[in-house]
Amino acid sequence: MNRITFSLNHLILIFGLLLMIAPVWIIFASSTHTSLFINTNGLQFLLGDNFIDNYSSVLFKTSGFFQEITALKMFFNSFIMATGIATLSVATSLMAAYGLVYYRVKYSSFIFWLIFITLLVPLELRIMPTYEIMSNLNLLNSYMGLILPISASAIATFFFRQFYKSVPDELLESAKLDGANSWKFFIDFLVPLSKTMIAAVFIFMFVFGYNQYLWPLIMTTTEQYWTVVMGLKTMYGSISHRFAFVIMSMIPPVLIIIFLQRWFIQGIFQDK
Amino acid sequence: MSFLELQNITKVYPNGTKAVNETSLNVEKGEFVVFVGPSGCGKSTLLRMIAGLEDITSGEIILDANTINNVDPSERDVAMVFQNYALYPHMTVYNNMAYGLKNRGISKQEIEDKVNEVAKLLEIDPYLSRKPSMLSGGQRQRVAMGRAIVRNPKIFLFDEPLSNLDAKLRNQMRLEIKKLQRHMGVTSIFVTHDQTEAMTLGDRIVVINDGIVEQVGTPKDIYSKPNTKFVAEFIGSPQMNIFNCKIDNGIAKIDNNSINLNKSINVDDASIGIRPDDIQISNSGSISCKANLVEYLGSDMIIYSNMGDQEFSCKLSSKIDVKSGDEFKFDIQPSLVHIFDNSSGKRID
Repeated sequence: MNRITFSLNHLILIFGLLLMIAPVWIIFASSTHTSLFINTNGLQFLLGDNFIDNYSSVLFKTSGFFQEITALKMFFNSFIMATGIATLSVATSLMAAYGLVYYRVKYSSFIFWLIFITLLVPLELRIMPTYEIMSNLNLLNSYMGLILPISASAIATFFFRQFYKSVPDELLESAKLDGANSWKFFIDFLVPLSKTMIAAVFIFMFVFGYNQYLWPLIMTTTEQYWTVVMGLKTMYGSISHRFAFVIMSMIPPVLIIIFLQRWFIQGIFQDK
Repeated sequence: MSFLELQNITKVYPNGTKAVNETSLNVEKGEFVVFVGPSGCGKSTLLRMIAGLEDITSGEIILDANTINNVDPSERDVAMVFQNYALYPHMTVYNNMAYGLKNRGISKQEIEDKVNEVAKLLEIDPYLSRKPSMLSGGQRQRVAMGRAIVRNPKIFLFDEPLSNLDAKLRNQMRLEIKKLQRHMGVTSIFVTHDQTEAMTLGDRIVVINDGIVEQVGTPKDIYSKPNTKFVAEFIGSPQMNIFNCKIDNGIAKIDNNSINLNKSINVDDASIGIRPDDIQISNSGSISCKANLVEYLGSDMIIYSNMGDQEFSCKLSSKIDVKSGDEFKFDIQPSLVHIFDNSSGKRID
C-alpha cells in the first residue's frame, strides 16, 4: 500500500472517530463547568474545574419528584435489573436450547419456532397482560418484577441452539462412554464450549436490560425503584448536573463490555 | 462361553433400512478382532451397538457373562477411539484423559498416577498441559488412545481411527496400536475399510458386506481360502482376478483357453479367481496374452491384460522383461485357483 492511500485511509478513520467521540467529549467537558457558565457561554470544549462538585452532588443529592432517590440508588437499581435480566436470559436460553437440541422432544422444531415467534411480540405489545400477571404475583415495585418479564430471550435461545447443532455428535458419545450423564455433559462440555457466546449474549442482554424504559416506568410507583434511564428523563436539576448524569449513565454498559470482551476474545482465539 | 458374544444381532433403522442382519460372533478375551468391509456395510453400526451408542433391534450382546443390551454406555465399561478422535476441545490433554476417571469417583492421586503412566507409555507426557487444538494429528490420535487406555476398559473399540492420518503416520500408528494391544492384552475390536489395516492388525478378521458377515477367520485363512466371491475380491491388493466361465468336467473355458482345475465338477455359471501374484510367467506357458499396460512399482510390476473381454492383472518381479504391447505366456496352477458358484457367491472346493 502506498503512502497516500495509507494516510487517506487513516484520515477517514480519524474523521469518523472524531465524529463519534466529539459529542460525548463536549458533554463531558460541559459537565465540568457551572450551570451559570454553560447557560451564558454555551457548550464547552475545554474542561472546567467543577468536576468533583457536579458529579458528587448528582450522585449523592436526592432527586425525583418526591426527592426520594439519589442517582447512586438509580445506578444500583439499573445494575440489579440489567444483571438479573442478562443472567437469567443466559441461563434460560442455554437450558432451553439444550433441551431442544439434545432431548428427542416430539415437535422440538415446532416448539423452537413457537419460542422464536415471541420475537414478534415485544414487551411493549404485551404490556397490559404482563402488568396484570405481575400485579397478581404481587411483584409490582420489586426487583423481581423489573427482571422477570424480560428474562427469557428467544434470540439467545436461537443462538445457542444453532451453536449446539454444530457440536459434533462424537463429543456427546465420547462423553457418554466416559460416564457423563446429561447434566454433566451440559455443565462440563456445553457451558464451557459456549463461553464466548455466553459473553456475547450477556453483553447484549445487559445493555438491553439497562436500556429498558417503558416497563420500569409502568410497573414502579415508588421512586425507590427508579432506574438510570428513567432518571435521565426526569432530571430537572441544573444543566451541568444533567450532563454529568448523562456521562455517568454511559459507564456501566461500557464497563461490562470492557470486562467481558477479554473473555470473549480469549474464547475466539482458543477455538482457533 | 466367550468374553463377548453377539447373538443374532439385527439393526433396522426407523426408515426401514437394515444395517446389520442376524449377525453372530464370539470374541475371546485378549483377542484383536477387525471388522472390515466397504463403506456403509454396517461395520460401524455393529461397533456402535457394542458401545451402546445405537440400540439393538433384535438379538443379544453378552459381555463378560452379562447381557448388556439395555445397559447404558457409561456402565458398559467399554472405551472407544473415534475416527475424528472426539477430543474435548476445551480441556487440556491431562483433563481429557482424566475425565472418565473423575466420573468414576477415583481419587485425585490415583488419577494423576494413571494418567502420567499412560502418557509416558504413549510418549505424550510433554503435552499434558496443552489443549487438543495445539497438537498434531498423530499426537491427537495418541491422546484419544490414551483416554481409552487410562480407563482400563473391558473392551477397546476403534472406529476407523487411522483414516485421518497421512500414509506414513498411519503405518507407524498401526504398528503402535498392534504393539500396545499385545502389551496390554485388552480385547479389541477395530473397524476399518482398509484391508491392509485389517490384515496386519487382526488376530481374526470379520469381513462384512451389506450387514451380513461373509467370513470370519485369521488373516491367513481369509486370504488363502476366501469363503465367498465378495471376500475374494475385497481382500488382497491388487484385487484377485475373477473370470466368469463355465466349468465342464473340471475344465474351465475362458475365451479360447482351457484351464484344467483337476476336479471333477460341473458348474454352468461359475467364477474362477486367481491372485495376480499367483500367475506364473514362463516361456513354456500354455496361455498367451498381450500386455495392454505395464505398471512399474519398483521391485514389482503389474501387467494389465485380457482374455477375450475379461480383464485381469498379474503382479511379478520387475526383473522380468515385459513391456506394454508384448505377448507373454503364463500358466495357472490348479491348486492356486479359487472357484465360486455365481448363483450363491459361495466357494466350491
